[in-house]
Amino acid sequence: METGQELLALDRVSVTFPDRQVLTEVSFTVNRGSFCGLIDANGSGKTTLLRTILGFQAPSAGRLRISGARAVGYVPQKIQFDADMPVRARDLVALGLDGHRLGLPFPSRAKTRLVDEMLTAVDATGFADQRVGNLSGGQQQRVLIAHALIRRPKLLLLDEPLANLDIRAVAEIVALLGRVCKAHGITVLVSAHDMNPLLGVMDQIVYLANGRAASGPTAEVVRTEVLSALYGYHIDVIKVHGRVLVIAAGPDELPLHEDHHIHVAAVP
Amino acid sequence: MFSNFMMNAWIVATIIAVVAGTTGFFVVLRGNSFAAHALPLGTFPGAAAAAFAGVNELFGLVVFAALGVAGISQLGRRQRNDVATALTLIFLLGLGTLFLSLSREYSQGVFALLFGDVLGVSRAEILPVAVISAIAVAATALLFRPLLLSAVSADLGAARGVAARRMEFLFLSILGLATAMALPVVGALLVFSLMVGPASAARLIVSRPLPALLLSVAIALVIVWVSIALSYLTNWPVGFFVGALAACSYGAGRGFQWLAHKAQVPSSSTNALVG
Amino acid sequence: MLFEPGFFASDPVQTALIIGGGAAVVSGVAGVFTVLRGQSFAGHALADVSSAGGSAAFLFGINPLLGFLGMAVLAAGAMDLVGVRRAQERDLVTGIVLGAGLGLTALFLYLDVTTHSTTGAAISVMFGSMFAIPPSLIAPALAVGAAALLVVGLIYRPLLLCSLDPSLADVRGVNVRAVGLLHLLVLSMAVTLSAMTIGAILSTALLIGPAAAALRLAHQPVAAILLAIAIGLAATWGGILLAYDSYDWTPGHGWPVSFCIVTIIFAVYLCTGLAPRPRARA
Repeated sequence: METGQELLALDRVSVTFPDRQVLTEVSFTVNRGSFCGLIDANGSGKTTLLRTILGFQAPSAGRLRISGARAVGYVPQKIQFDADMPVRARDLVALGLDGHRLGLPFPSRAKTRLVDEMLTAVDATGFADQRVGNLSGGQQQRVLIAHALIRRPKLLLLDEPLANLDIRAVAEIVALLGRVCKAHGITVLVSAHDMNPLLGVMDQIVYLANGRAASGPTAEVVRTEVLSALYGYHIDVIKVHGRVLVIAAGPDELPLHEDHHIHVAAVP
Repeated sequence: MFSNFMMNAWIVATIIAVVAGTTGFFVVLRGNSFAAHALPLGTFPGAAAAAFAGVNELFGLVVFAALGVAGISQLGRRQRNDVATALTLIFLLGLGTLFLSLSREYSQGVFALLFGDVLGVSRAEILPVAVISAIAVAATALLFRPLLLSAVSADLGAARGVAARRMEFLFLSILGLATAMALPVVGALLVFSLMVGPASAARLIVSRPLPALLLSVAIALVIVWVSIALSYLTNWPVGFFVGALAACSYGAGRGFQWLAHKAQVPSSSTNALVG
Repeated sequence: MLFEPGFFASDPVQTALIIGGGAAVVSGVAGVFTVLRGQSFAGHALADVSSAGGSAAFLFGINPLLGFLGMAVLAAGAMDLVGVRRAQERDLVTGIVLGAGLGLTALFLYLDVTTHSTTGAAISVMFGSMFAIPPSLIAPALAVGAAALLVVGLIYRPLLLCSLDPSLADVRGVNVRAVGLLHLLVLSMAVTLSAMTIGAILSTALLIGPAAAALRLAHQPVAAILLAIAIGLAATWGGILLAYDSYDWTPGHGWPVSFCIVTIIFAVYLCTGLAPRPRARA
């Protein structure tokens, strides 16, 4: 059922590898212009899910639809840049525009202006001429975001952009992503293993556990009943000073009955 | 030194330096040093095979170069790249020993094939070298951006539709072509130094991709010209000077980087605030 | 006939079997660690560079073992001097040292030719002379091999840890840099032995081939090492036998022994492709 609002829709998507099942009947939709957090505390499915959305991985079952938008911006996780590489931040952003084109890259005023715009948007002008390999983690993330955004995608996917960043860089990147989403109307899907840094900007959450997902507004999904059903054993959700702690109960707890399904209304 | 006889050597060496500097930029960027060494070395038995089969030497070289590229790409699917390269090399050299023993008259040519014979190059050899070089350089220029992007990050490349494996195969093919052409002239073992040395220095001195490639070509030209001059004067093999100067250029690059870092250190504290 | 007459009685064959066997054992052990550490290029480079020492030995009339070994150790030191951990940069430095070393080889071979007019020097240094090794070399060669095995025995645990998980080794307090240098030294010794027998260019076959095949079949380090040794010995002795016999099969001249050895190694590797893949560790 397609409404004009939906940008991304997954319908019972499963991904099975020879030795294990990574995703089981994952369904959710993401509306245009919203900020969606893909949370996976155990690191078992979010990269596979992102790769499936990007088309790098074919789903074993189910359907996936991205409405209209052909261009999807992607910021992969854990790129190690060689410090000796003769590529500046500016050059990396330019490659986001035409990295696939044949022929030598001749400089053009239009291209330079576009690159400058992007660098300004992510506050990277100060280090635009430095080698990418010499930048700090937070600086590199900003350059990668500019690289992904320069073709004006409707959807921006980031795979664990906050990992390995210090606290201040985390706050800066989250703020930047929030700006990208709200001020420029770009749909943002961020994966992380901790939802707390994203609580302030997330419109909805897709919570992955055991290869299954629960999605919806954060307040509705991050509840004891919902997460316990997802994990298959009792989970406590504790809210303290605006932070959320998800804790498994002690070893004496028995697993919940298999039939207990939880349906959470998708975002209308 | 600039007699008619020597002109051939100057011209061919210049052409080869351009190709080596160009392809070498990507060899260093993509970390293909082993392949850049193994391809020429695995290709040289092709000359012996050609002599045995009674066909044109260049044909034998191209066939073995193609085998090398195919071997490294295919084995590279099952094995780590360095093991795949080593195994391909082993296979080709094993064949080489066989052909060398079968075609007795070829053992004289082994030294020249391994270490080159730049000073003995004839006018007739210049044209094929020039044509193949032009193709190799043009192909590299054409693929400049995809090669660069997939070298920086395979994932970023994939997101732009640039398949890492396809780029690897294409680049290996360019290397194989450059190899087969340079081999009879510069020798299997030395075109490699020209590829690796200049590029390793250029990337440390210049921080932008295209200028770094041009600088790499420039350094390769200087090395080759100085080596020919010195070889002419001392009669020592060109390869000795190329190898030594390539090592010096790497050292110079590192030295430049160290000096630049020392000059920058006082201002690095302001960089920390940018975060 | 499998063993043509005179095989075991022939002096050159005995020398070849002993030194070749030693080379196979040491190369098998060193090779497994080399493949695990992703240093196949360094192993190949050391062999090529050691040829500079071999040709220097020709030139200055010194013991070829010393020539090969000395040059290999020098090169290993140069490679380690720059001391980089990133695999890409390590390969680059290996390449630079290789290029310089080959330049030296070119120089020495050229001087050999002009001073001694031995055109065969290039062939024998690069492709070996298995049946032309002087018996006086047996004892020193085996001593070098034994020394290499001794070093491996002494640093076995740290070496294994560094090869499988360098960051963990670091955390456990192992001097990763020192272990790396020692591995390069062991490699130099292994490469020297094989360079002298089957030649600098082909010694990579004895180093990487059996180890790569063994690691495809066995995931346990000890099993892999033993299997690599077994394959190397089978290939070396089998190759020597084949080469010797071929003199009678193809009248006029026989097949070169290096070719026989390399062919057996490659055939074994291809056969490992037929074996069922060992189940990946959970």
